[in-house]
Amino acid sequence: MQIPEACGPVSRRVSQVLAGRAVSPEVALADGSLLTDRDSQLGLWMIYELSYRGFDDVDPALEWDPELVGLRVALERRIEHELRAATRGRVADALQDSGQDSDQVGELLLRMVETDRGPQLASYLRRDASLEQMRDYLRERSVQQLKESDPQAFLLPRLQGSAKVALAEIQYDEFGGGRPERLHQQLYAETLAAAGLDPTYGAYVDDVSATSLASGNVMSMFGLNRRLLAAGLGHFAAFEASSSVPSRRVSAGLERLGLAGAAAYFDEHVEADAVHEQVATQDICGAFVADHPEAWADVIFGAACCLHLDHLSAGELLARWQPREDAEVAS
Amino acid sequence: MSETARVRACPGGPLLVRGAAIVVDDEGTEHPVTRPVVAVCACDRSSRRPWCDGTHKSLRDRPT
Repeated sequence: MQIPEACGPVSRRVSQVLAGRAVSPEVALADGSLLTDRDSQLGLWMIYELSYRGFDDVDPALEWDPELVGLRVALERRIEHELRAATRGRVADALQDSGQDSDQVGELLLRMVETDRGPQLASYLRRDASLEQMRDYLRERSVQQLKESDPQAFLLPRLQGSAKVALAEIQYDEFGGGRPERLHQQLYAETLAAAGLDPTYGAYVDDVSATSLASGNVMSMFGLNRRLLAAGLGHFAAFEASSSVPSRRVSAGLERLGLAGAAAYFDEHVEADAVHEQVATQDICGAFVADHPEAWADVIFGAACCLHLDHLSAGELLARWQPREDAEVAS
Repeated sequence: MSETARVRACPGGPLLVRGAAIVVDDEGTEHPVTRPVVAVCACDRSSRRPWCDGTHKSLRDRPT
């Protein structure tokens, strides 16, 4: 992958460091939301990418470059603060709902997702989206889905016992269950190709929005910081639990648009995530909280982050596609 | 594949089955198991029986 095109001071500074050029003076982070600031999210995405597959002709040792690590930590601190503020109400409601009984964490996570009422993106894709809007959706999701489950692989060595076994069980399935042709990342690449889009890893980094980058970055932040392990598990559980039913809708939308050939990825997720949501909520999070009762609130925080980012992203896409006066009807 | 299958009933949801090679549906059709753990529909409303597709969630007590 080439170094993405910078779109502001943060991503410019990162790209200069990656290219080994003399750098501009230290940057100040933007005021206001960083989750919706494309420059901040792109800069962070580029730093994280050094821990995944890197960039063409970029020194892999830059993964631990003190300046990039420092910038990463500064961005993470701000983003975590923003997420904690944005999810405070949702976390408090969930904790009150459960009475903090650790046996109930799995059921609580499922209920959090089931009772969540965000913008109805999947329903729109099923019934109303045009071909170009569907392709826009596939493009926006591509940056993360082409490395689906990679961020959660960083959680594995930090777990022990039955939670570790359960995460490995899901990951084995996500990574193809021993069959390279079933690797979920590969299925997504085939979906992109079938929809006439570029299946190359990172092909659309320069095109996707701040919230699409943020959705992936939050997974990397939880995966790469051991102190956020519990949030990473909660996020993963909510992500899996909010996938099966929407995947069925997206698959139906693809078929409606004559793109049945692109539906295999979503068909696989109807079935796979009906399994994974049970395993992730009960066998991973339930087992983890039983061993670490103090982590209860952070598991719920992680799940709430997933829902918050879903709302931001779905709201953004629907607003992009719908004339203003129609926006209320579909939400 | 292990000789012993393990089944866990999820409250209000599917049966999680580990270690089975084949699931036989109520018409006698055999469905090979292709993932490490499968979710077998218990609400009878799945569009992909015998596998769960999450439809049970729309049957639970939720606002409409």
